[in-house]
Amino acid sequence: MSNVHVTTTVNGDEAEFLCDPRETLLDCLRDKLGFTGAKEGCGTGDCGACSVTLDGRLVCSCLVLGVEAEGKEIATIEGMSEGEELHPLQRKFIEHAALQCGICTPGILVASKALLEKNPDPSEEELRYWLAGNLCRCTGYDKIIRAVMDAAAEMREAS
Amino acid sequence: MRYHTPASFEDAVAIAHQASGTTRFLAGGTDVLVQMRSDIVTPDDLIDVKHIAGVREITRRADGGWDIGVAVAGAEMSEHGELGREWPGIVEGMDLIGSTQVQGRATLVGNLCNGSPAADSVPAMIAAGVTLTVTGPDGSREVAVEDIPIGPGRTSLAKGEVVSAVHVPARGDHGGDAYLRFIPRTEMDIAVVGCGVNLRLDGDVIVEARVSLGAVAPTALLVQEAADAIVGSTLDEAALANLAKAAEAACNPIDDKRGTIEFRTEVAGVLAQRAAKIAYARAKGEAQ
Repeated sequence: MSNVHVTTTVNGDEAEFLCDPRETLLDCLRDKLGFTGAKEGCGTGDCGACSVTLDGRLVCSCLVLGVEAEGKEIATIEGMSEGEELHPLQRKFIEHAALQCGICTPGILVASKALLEKNPDPSEEELRYWLAGNLCRCTGYDKIIRAVMDAAAEMREAS
Repeated sequence: MRYHTPASFEDAVAIAHQASGTTRFLAGGTDVLVQMRSDIVTPDDLIDVKHIAGVREITRRADGGWDIGVAVAGAEMSEHGELGREWPGIVEGMDLIGSTQVQGRATLVGNLCNGSPAADSVPAMIAAGVTLTVTGPDGSREVAVEDIPIGPGRTSLAKGEVVSAVHVPARGDHGGDAYLRFIPRTEMDIAVVGCGVNLRLDGDVIVEARVSLGAVAPTALLVQEAADAIVGSTLDEAALANLAKAAEAACNPIDDKRGTIEFRTEVAGVLAQRAAKIAYARAKGEAQ
């Protein structure tokens, strides 16, 4: 089984890796490139813990093959803060205590950022439907929704 | 597993035709990768069709209809605007599948060729009269969507054949379509029953109709008797009652944890009526 050489862009930086064509993008990000922010929850696209964007489109990285990343732009949770300065979504998750164990948090932050780039002023219903594919077993979701709505309001004021 | 990125459907077909082991075509991957992960399918050759020109495009044809590339994702259909204004049933049926993340990858053709009787986009496509180009070793042929599924997980595609284009008919005047499904929750579930209705009016009278049911038989069904029940009517109470009766009569469902035979049969009649009312209102130009 010969490995495939893949050249891609992660959070604006060029990255390359060798992978077996059966390996998922999630495994390549975590095990070959060291981006361990995306988590494996289910591995079958149900839980959203592995959410990243692929050419700007929100996807489950467990449902993308590493070889499909050739020539693509990937954005992960690691690219969200500006150095030490947290993204407003990250800050609001801390303020609202919108996490407990934290496994789902990177995926929910990446998914929420993708929504706010498309729709800076979502209704609570729109937000809840958008995040329907991000499962959280700890919070009961309410604090997550409050945190994203608060961050969205702050980002609208700042812009 | 060998991973291929052919630049044309002819090349894709040649790879599949020559392959001796298990072959899978890859577009969105939301079914194929799950099957690989759970060891249901381990392809020897995986043929990624996304490098073929035009597969990510939604194009207006000269006759007013649409060609949808086989790798166009659900989210791209929802964001298109014009396609959804003309064929809201198709776009809404596709949009019901999975999460935002799945919508970023999942495709109409993948939903069809996965062969689930409960696939949400399939009754919507059948009702709309969508056809496909199937490319194989001996050239291409045109096939109606309803002729693809032949049983759960099985399609009529021969070895080496691949769906290479999706053709949506021209909407034309005074037409409307709708797709509804029943699930016990509000989102992220598999249809217990699905129903697509597409019709055309002359004044208040229905002159053409197609009704399709999903999840109530081994394949999605095109139900001619249900269409006959409303053609010539103004969708009055009597026509709706006949529609429900014809939809129920077409059902041949399974009993499982998501719905009993009795429940699925009754819901098929209810959804057919509701979808027909929405399609009728849309054909009248009333916002729905």
